[in-house]
Amino acid sequence: MGALSTIEKLGILADAAKYDASCASSGTAKKNSLGGKGIGSTEGMGICHAYAPDGRCISLLKILMTNHCIFDCHYCVNRKSSNVRRARFTAQEIADLTLSFYRRNYIEGLFLSSGIIKSSNFTMEQMVEAARILREDHDFRGYIHLKTIPEADPELVHQAGLYADRVSINVELPTDSGLTRLAPDKDARQIETAMGKTKSDIVEMKDAKKRFRHAPRFAPAGQSTQMIVGADSATDADIVGKASRLYDNFRLRRVYYSAFSPIPDASAVLPLKRPPLIREHRLYQSDWLMRFYGYAPGEVMQATEADGNLPLDIDPKLAWALKFRERFPLDVNRASREELLRVPGLGVTAVNRIIASRRHRTLRLDDIAKLTVSIAKVRPFLIAADWRPLTLTDRADLRSLLAPKAEQLELFAA
Amino acid sequence: MASINPVQDGIAVHLPRPDDFDFWRARARSLVAAGIAPEKVSWIEPGGSGDLFSGAAGETDDWPLPDGKDGIVRVSKRFVSLARNAILHSEPQRFALLYRLLWRMQSNLRVVEDKADRDVRQLELLDKAVRRDSHKMHAFVRFRRIETEDGGEEGDHYVAWFEPEHHIVRANAGFFKRRFANMKWSILTPRGCLHWDGETMREGPPAERSDAPSGDPTEDLWRKYYASIFNPARLKIGAMTKEMPRKYWKNMPEAALIPELVAGAQRRESEMVAAGELDFEERPETLDAIAKAIEGCHKCPIGQLENHAVMGEGPRGADLMIVGEQPGDHEDIAGRPFVGPAGQLLDRHLEKAGIDRKRAYVTNTVKHFKYLQRGKRRIHQSPTAKEIDTCRWWIESERAIVRPKLVLALGASAARGVLGKTVSISRARGEGIPLEDGSELWITAHPSYLLRLDGEAADKQAALFEADLAAVKERLEELAS
Repeated sequence: MGALSTIEKLGILADAAKYDASCASSGTAKKNSLGGKGIGSTEGMGICHAYAPDGRCISLLKILMTNHCIFDCHYCVNRKSSNVRRARFTAQEIADLTLSFYRRNYIEGLFLSSGIIKSSNFTMEQMVEAARILREDHDFRGYIHLKTIPEADPELVHQAGLYADRVSINVELPTDSGLTRLAPDKDARQIETAMGKTKSDIVEMKDAKKRFRHAPRFAPAGQSTQMIVGADSATDADIVGKASRLYDNFRLRRVYYSAFSPIPDASAVLPLKRPPLIREHRLYQSDWLMRFYGYAPGEVMQATEADGNLPLDIDPKLAWALKFRERFPLDVNRASREELLRVPGLGVTAVNRIIASRRHRTLRLDDIAKLTVSIAKVRPFLIAADWRPLTLTDRADLRSLLAPKAEQLELFAA
Repeated sequence: MASINPVQDGIAVHLPRPDDFDFWRARARSLVAAGIAPEKVSWIEPGGSGDLFSGAAGETDDWPLPDGKDGIVRVSKRFVSLARNAILHSEPQRFALLYRLLWRMQSNLRVVEDKADRDVRQLELLDKAVRRDSHKMHAFVRFRRIETEDGGEEGDHYVAWFEPEHHIVRANAGFFKRRFANMKWSILTPRGCLHWDGETMREGPPAERSDAPSGDPTEDLWRKYYASIFNPARLKIGAMTKEMPRKYWKNMPEAALIPELVAGAQRRESEMVAAGELDFEERPETLDAIAKAIEGCHKCPIGQLENHAVMGEGPRGADLMIVGEQPGDHEDIAGRPFVGPAGQLLDRHLEKAGIDRKRAYVTNTVKHFKYLQRGKRRIHQSPTAKEIDTCRWWIESERAIVRPKLVLALGASAARGVLGKTVSISRARGEGIPLEDGSELWITAHPSYLLRLDGEAADKQAALFEADLAAVKERLEELAS
């Protein structure tokens, strides 16, 4: 194994990290390298430096420190019983690679995760060391996301939060029974305890920062988590419920959903068919509804079908509106912001534009067309000065009128 | 020139630079104050014609203009911030649009809030396009390192070539300065260049692509990363090109890989699926269906050896299921579980413990005999964790049909087949482990282990084995009552 070159190791350890959905590099404290010795800046918005042909953005150097692992989680390509090629980076190699990519403006920083070698503490120590080299030896002021290991000593996890912009702990599966079955070495309670500890560390440091200007920052971009979708029998309703509990209990910035994808050397207990990618997309849309549109988790669940899953052919907002047709049509010149946010096809930007514009004029259908992406989609749900959709919301075929044509499924979009 | 009356004949304003907001603002203020209507003003950027009145308009830079009526020009904060950005757009009509809005603002200060207004909409589109172009510059500039004498990654000079769509270079100097404050770098573009030496920013004339260096060895690493982080199972080309339009590709080293990655994705995914996927569609409903299916199962290397599948045997509904590791040579030939030496030893112990083998369901966690051919002999080989996990589907199917109250696993392989993880026998033996379906698992050694021991060790292990079976017998009686 010592014979592997840096480029070979990078190939193996980036490949092993590609199943992790999170990529954000936004929402951290502003910093820049003026007046320092090193390099790097973060200015609020994250920057996607490239896009891969899978449509996902590349913002960070996302690698595993090692893909050796003493755990044997069935959904994971790096599990002990898998036959993949193994490699391991040292903390110094990771820091050097991050810097040489950063200097060429390829990345916003580092997202470091790892398989567990020797022990959870040993692994966590090495990850923290990579972050320390970047921050202390090189005065690196870019973004660092560390995936902490719930089984590691809380003191080490705390150390990670002092160097990192964001920390995350994966809940892995939406149900405890799924976790027991597919990740026999992991413990749901331990994961949640670790999340709770990180939450209180973040809150505590924020308080201290208010009182003492030089109080150290602790994970200024907060914590996030990832759930694998479609590897067990959990329904979308289960997943949405779990996500909303996580948001409430641990004040997570983000919950990422990762459609279980066929992995080389898969375990036989996994389902054979991958869940359609569109399911993951629907879950992100429902997540959006809760975070930006004021939907309660219970309301998103109301949008699910009899089997507990969100419809795949239409988005959850439209699904909800079709179930609650009596709430529509809304008068675009009078309805409240909260109400307008419920209209399928109206995003937050469009609603803001409508509200700003109607102070100046009584909106007609033409005006709304200028403010929204698709007038055809929103028309059945709105009343405007020159428009009243008499019976459209009562039509039984409304769903098929609004649903995208089947061949437009994005899997094959080119 | 003094004879020209700008109010009647119109006026041409020549901008010194296409992105000079302060100059535009100063001129626009004076023009508004002088009451010169938008249709009378033509704005000309360097090298641009964009002049609607070139015949009639006074080619004048004779400032100041005639005195304004009241001299107070009203402007909203929001307009200034939008205009400052929109002026960087390459659309020649941008100055006229901004001036028109400024003019209209004098009678309605809040005009930019009316998003349905055509001019406002246009302004927002310009602003958006410029913000996007700036964002793409932050993202897609790719520096290449030029080694210098004082050397080292840190002392070297980094040079990038970028082709922006709009006049955004100067406006984005600050971003790169804040990010790469302690690095020496240059950004060369067809719209002008930026040079930072670690202390001062210098602007340079437009450059050509050939002025920039052509490669950097680190790009091989970067391309390796780009290719490896891509998941071929989720090809979404539309999503990629929406955010990374093709016009940027030619200056991004990783983009050269895209056609190849896309073309290979379908193949790689089917390989991944073929390697990982097992075509177990639905769980079999009968033991016969399992027996038939395992005979044709070649999902792991064991199933591809010269051997037969060995099905479990015993009554459906048996309270006790005994699970061994895998069939051995005798079992493979006989097609029945536990008929060889280990099976005979097991029978003797079961009898001693008072357990009727005929009332138990006896099976193996792996269904085929794994061996190494040595001459005429077939030498037993232990199955790997991966092989056991592959075969877990069958033992789970058997459990679902037989529905035993208690499962007795003989040895570590059997325990893994039931639990999905490896456990230590010495720690797990002697008590039941509750299983998801409400039954419980007991773990003991495999009888072939007892066969391999001699003397004291053999006696000790035999005693432990007996004790385990006795405990199982007792627990079975409890469960039955």
